[in-house]
Amino acid sequence: MEMRAAYADCMAKLMEADRHVLVLDADLSNSTATRKLYPRFPKQMFECGIAEQSMCSIAAGLASYGFKPYIETFAPFASRRICDQIAISVCYAGLNVKIVGTDGGIGAELNGGTHMSVEDIGVLRSIPNLVIFEPADEVQLRAAMPVLNAYDGAAYVRLFRKELPKVFGEGYSFDLFKADLLKEGRDLSIFVSGLPTADTLAAAEELEAEGILCEVINVHTIKPIDRETVLRSARKTGRVLTVENHNVIGGLHSAILETLAAERIPCYAVGIMDRFGEVGRLPYLKEALGLTKDHIVKAAKNALAQQ
Amino acid sequence: MKQDLRELCKALRCDICESIAEVGVGHIGGSLSIVELLAVLYFEAMHIDPQNPTMPGRDRLICSKGHAGPAVYAALSRRGYFDHELLLTLNQGGTMLPSHCDRNRTVGVDMTTGSLGQGFSAAVGIALGSKLEDDGATIYTIIGDGESQEGQIWESAMFAGNYKLDNLIAFTDCNGLQVDGAVSDVGNLEPLAAKWRAFNWDVIEVENGNDIDAVRLAVSMAKANRGKGKPTMVLLHTVKGCGVSFVIAKGAGNHNAPFSKEDAARAIAEIRGEDAAWK
Repeated sequence: MEMRAAYADCMAKLMEADRHVLVLDADLSNSTATRKLYPRFPKQMFECGIAEQSMCSIAAGLASYGFKPYIETFAPFASRRICDQIAISVCYAGLNVKIVGTDGGIGAELNGGTHMSVEDIGVLRSIPNLVIFEPADEVQLRAAMPVLNAYDGAAYVRLFRKELPKVFGEGYSFDLFKADLLKEGRDLSIFVSGLPTADTLAAAEELEAEGILCEVINVHTIKPIDRETVLRSARKTGRVLTVENHNVIGGLHSAILETLAAERIPCYAVGIMDRFGEVGRLPYLKEALGLTKDHIVKAAKNALAQQ
Repeated sequence: MKQDLRELCKALRCDICESIAEVGVGHIGGSLSIVELLAVLYFEAMHIDPQNPTMPGRDRLICSKGHAGPAVYAALSRRGYFDHELLLTLNQGGTMLPSHCDRNRTVGVDMTTGSLGQGFSAAVGIALGSKLEDDGATIYTIIGDGESQEGQIWESAMFAGNYKLDNLIAFTDCNGLQVDGAVSDVGNLEPLAAKWRAFNWDVIEVENGNDIDAVRLAVSMAKANRGKGKPTMVLLHTVKGCGVSFVIAKGAGNHNAPFSKEDAARAIAEIRGEDAAWK
């Protein structure tokens, strides 16, 4: 199932269970697939028009009144466009607003560079009082939404619109503040979030066939990062690679580096190399911006070849 | 709660001067301009209980021009929300009374404001929330005329008109000045009343927004708009620095100005003397 359809399913369940759960849109409810829910929840869903700054602060007002608002738009508009509103109306004011940014990074595909947030996590990660979460597949998203809803604070959900390859099994148990060990290994720790998670697992399988044992850990919550899991794995393998659909400045790579700062453990990166995105389909963009399975395999080998 | 609001306004002005003088600098002009409005709202119009500051269904006031914190704090303290002596801690390290209004620090403050435009949007959200809860509350918000240059104000004005939030009463403190000069020079807003009407708001103009009776009348007219399907904007023509002639004389320079204890003594003498300067 498409991620947006799974997300809309989750929102329908949350709104049904609690009339205080609200959804606010800025003319992009098709992209999150919540458009079809409007007739069902006329007192819980509100179209704000193409006015993201207003939407964000209105949501903060609603949260101060005891509601649990979710604001939805494309990732760049849910982050860099409303940075001050997120910082002041939501986070500084300490309010429970969930910010849902869809099509993060190369997920924007045919909308191209203007809509491709290579920096959303970096921009938001330096704002206090904000949880940053990025699901790797549908199972994780479905497990996470009720947990995020129960979390009484602000959070950014970096959504991907289309279907993602399955990463997690049905028995998956989700902890918002614990990273998930996907594969044990001894030679290299690979930390990954969101879209490239399945490719990272595939890369790890390929490397295993060559005798290289990678430990793969999905860091779904980039802030606050699960320091314990990161440090335990990095200390075990002594070598780290990060993989992300985001600029290598400010996102997961930076978060891992900060965690490892006192550790003298080398850390390498697969991600968007401080450049803007461009238009294209996903296979082209993965190739052009260096996010394919082959890029991950190569980076892993390179990491292990360094002294 | 009936009391002589003219005397109360004098007391609030003295409080503002004393609190700002204690730290030596502050947003004096835009605090003094909204004193009559705060007196009418907190002491007559609003359904609130200082003993129960989080009472469900209470009326709310969001001072979107958050830099008028000193005026809001004076009114809250005189209304009984907290000890009067605390006013002298304004902007001192560790205070519960920061320069700009903060819902997490000050009892009686319902929304954090200061980044201009955002408090107005939050007030619109709160008005929607009150409609959804059907609790009968009236939501008041105060914006500055300079603040009205923020695009976000008009985004949310559209929303409030679109959703027919007739439980929302907004005031613009039209004191005509902003940090860089006259509003008409820096970013002319006129025709302001026509703008709000075009955004599907009802508009009430008050020629002297520092006149208690005029403000009282405007608030009661605005309250009577409930049920008519439009939010109300009250344009209050005020004087920045009202009540203290040497502050008024600084013009745009009185936005955030040095203010010594000697200045406060002079100001208080004027405020407590003949009313002519501030009436």
